[in-house]
Amino acid sequence: MVSQKVKVFDYTPYSLPTEGSAGLTGSWRSKRPIIMVEKCTKCNLCWLYCPEGTIIRVKGKVPEIDLTYCKGCGVCANECPSKAIEMEDEAKWLNR
Amino acid sequence: MVTISELVDEEFLLKGNSACAGCGATMAIRWLLKILGKEVVLVMPAGCVSVFQGMFPASAFNVPVVDSSFGAQSSFSAGLAAAYKVKGKGLKVVTLAGDGGTGDIGFHAVSAAAERGDDVLYVCYDNEAYMNTGVQRSSLTPYGAKTGTDPKGKIEWKKNLPLIMAAHNITYVATASVGYPFDLMRKVKKAASLTGFRYIHILTPCPPGWGASENLAAELGRLAVRCGIFPLFEVEKGKLTLHKIGSRLPVQKYFELQRRFDGLTEKQIQYIQKRVDEELRYLELLEKATSEVYRVE
Amino acid sequence: MAEQIEVLTGNAAAAYGVKLSRAQVIAAYPITPQTTLVERIAEFIMKGELKAEYIKVESEHSALAACIGASLGGARAFTATSSQGLLLMQEMLFWAGYGRTPMVMAVVTRAIAPAWNMWSEHTDALAQRDTGWIQIFCHNNQEVLDTIIQAYKISEDKKVMIPVMVCYDGFEISHTSENVVVPEQSDVDSFLPSYENDLIDPDKPKLLWNGVYPEDAFRFKAMLSEAAHRSGNVVNEVQREFESKFGRRYEAIEVYGKPESKIILMAMGSVASTAKATVDTLNREGYSVGLIRVRLFRPFPVSELQKAIEGAEALVILDRSLSFTKGILCTEVTSALYSAKWRPKILEYIVGLGGAVVEHRSIVDTVKHLLPKVPEEPREAVWLKPGGQG
Repeated sequence: MVSQKVKVFDYTPYSLPTEGSAGLTGSWRSKRPIIMVEKCTKCNLCWLYCPEGTIIRVKGKVPEIDLTYCKGCGVCANECPSKAIEMEDEAKWLNR
Repeated sequence: MVTISELVDEEFLLKGNSACAGCGATMAIRWLLKILGKEVVLVMPAGCVSVFQGMFPASAFNVPVVDSSFGAQSSFSAGLAAAYKVKGKGLKVVTLAGDGGTGDIGFHAVSAAAERGDDVLYVCYDNEAYMNTGVQRSSLTPYGAKTGTDPKGKIEWKKNLPLIMAAHNITYVATASVGYPFDLMRKVKKAASLTGFRYIHILTPCPPGWGASENLAAELGRLAVRCGIFPLFEVEKGKLTLHKIGSRLPVQKYFELQRRFDGLTEKQIQYIQKRVDEELRYLELLEKATSEVYRVE
Repeated sequence: MAEQIEVLTGNAAAAYGVKLSRAQVIAAYPITPQTTLVERIAEFIMKGELKAEYIKVESEHSALAACIGASLGGARAFTATSSQGLLLMQEMLFWAGYGRTPMVMAVVTRAIAPAWNMWSEHTDALAQRDTGWIQIFCHNNQEVLDTIIQAYKISEDKKVMIPVMVCYDGFEISHTSENVVVPEQSDVDSFLPSYENDLIDPDKPKLLWNGVYPEDAFRFKAMLSEAAHRSGNVVNEVQREFESKFGRRYEAIEVYGKPESKIILMAMGSVASTAKATVDTLNREGYSVGLIRVRLFRPFPVSELQKAIEGAEALVILDRSLSFTKGILCTEVTSALYSAKWRPKILEYIVGLGGAVVEHRSIVDTVKHLLPKVPEEPREAVWLKPGGQG
């Protein structure tokens, strides 16, 4: 897996596995997920449901969200059984 | 049984891809690849997946993938499976196609592969329209749903592809929904352990195409099952097993969240409710019938 | 099995070629006049003489799609078809041509419907000249068997990696019997190494054939063209190597009769076999005439053709195809000779369309008629119907 786009011009066109193939998709967000640590039971269902695979499981700890790529869809917040994730306005964070 | 702790951390569908935010198809694919691992070759025709897989030189997949033309995917897989058979070794061949590619343009090849019993796992991700080209109806678009080519809502009923595939008497048929990830993964694991032609039909809600909020793919996946609109069942060795999850909800609950069903009249909703009830009853009878009939192998 | 002579139809000869080439995946859909070819292959497999998987596909589109998959999976793939089937798989022809998946297909040429017509014509194969396939036209059964073997070697050459179409006339070649020398398996094995394809690798995953932006697409197309150009040389190399090993000579352009004559006939496939007989007749009767048989159609052997026609006054093209208003062979030849230092007059004759008989007598009479004074160009194509003369 490569993180930079590498062009290989072999005899037939093929592409190599690349994270961020569509660029920094974190810029798509209008809302960002915030995990409220005190409510989180570390069930990791948010990690499971995330369509992007941008939530990282941390053994024994609250999951981390990779905001470089998180598109802000809010599925994690909708699925969290403890309602421990809030979707906050991205604008609020950008102004800081 | 699949538990969350046994799932690997490794992602085979890489983040930062061009899928829409909240895409149901990416959820299903992420899960099925975690179960299948990297010793697979995915064959994908034109569709949503063949777009968010990335543009040269980037691939959003960390497993071997072969793109095929629209409708040809099942035959590409047939060739790969035959090559591996003749050589006595090879990867698991997994065809990953949408409802249009499976039920419409590629149906001849899917039916042929099923009839031949190709050693291929076929996964149909059903977002109920030609979503990649901007929401046009397919034969798997539900009755009443608005699309670009049926702006007043589809007048034909959704084609029952899973039952059609079951009628081919293949090794394994299953329906699954992104509302129930563990059930989906159990079915993928089961299918991967078998040989011959296996078919899994996954309901993958498409928030932009269905006119729903982008955080609702899993919830819609659950509602479709709970309302009886997308029943979960498996067919193995001729026997159908129906899964009922929780109590039945009225179909209205499902339509409320999707603007594509905006135009439904009260009469149409009643019609749909009645037909959904009858089709569920049909499956219950089928379950009973197949448990009594012994299929000659 | 020692080299022996068998009496084989063209289709049977092709089947032997496939068997000797140790094809591993066959995916084909039956269509007259190809059926006896695939049936013979199925028989070889059933008897254990050929270790291959035969995928019973439901359409020709799927037949070629399956061959593409098989080629990627590292298996030597083969399919065969004619007219309607060839047209149905045209999307896949481009896919294999542009995707660079090595394989061989036999095209048993047949006229295209409507109206329904089982008999031979070259339009179906020639209409695929843009698909990026190497195209070779055979004029007798021995050539069919030999060319299938050569085709795999050409196709799988790392400098080429282009699929090859081996074309021969339906019924006239496919269903008529001739003596054919069937080479020894061990000789073919030493001529044709086994086929490998390592594109699909879970340790180094690649995504084949995803979307490409215009700039990169332009570059890939240039690479395609370079390979297509290289393939002409590889065809010649393989033909020479085949000759030294098996003793039978094949050339991109075959020159027959008296090439120093002022009138040179030109033809492909079974039309060329008939034309050879007419050249013999004419030369025996004291007239001087030569024949150029085009064996390699794609890539078109421009320099070989330009050399072969030097000194000729007229090139009489017997064209068994039609593209709207003009024969395809004629168009191709005219284009190839445009840059030549020596340009003969080009006289176009449309023959044998719809399987109409290409008569020995009418070609002989045509040439005798032309010999005293070759007409001026440009001239409308002459339709040489059965019983007629030019």
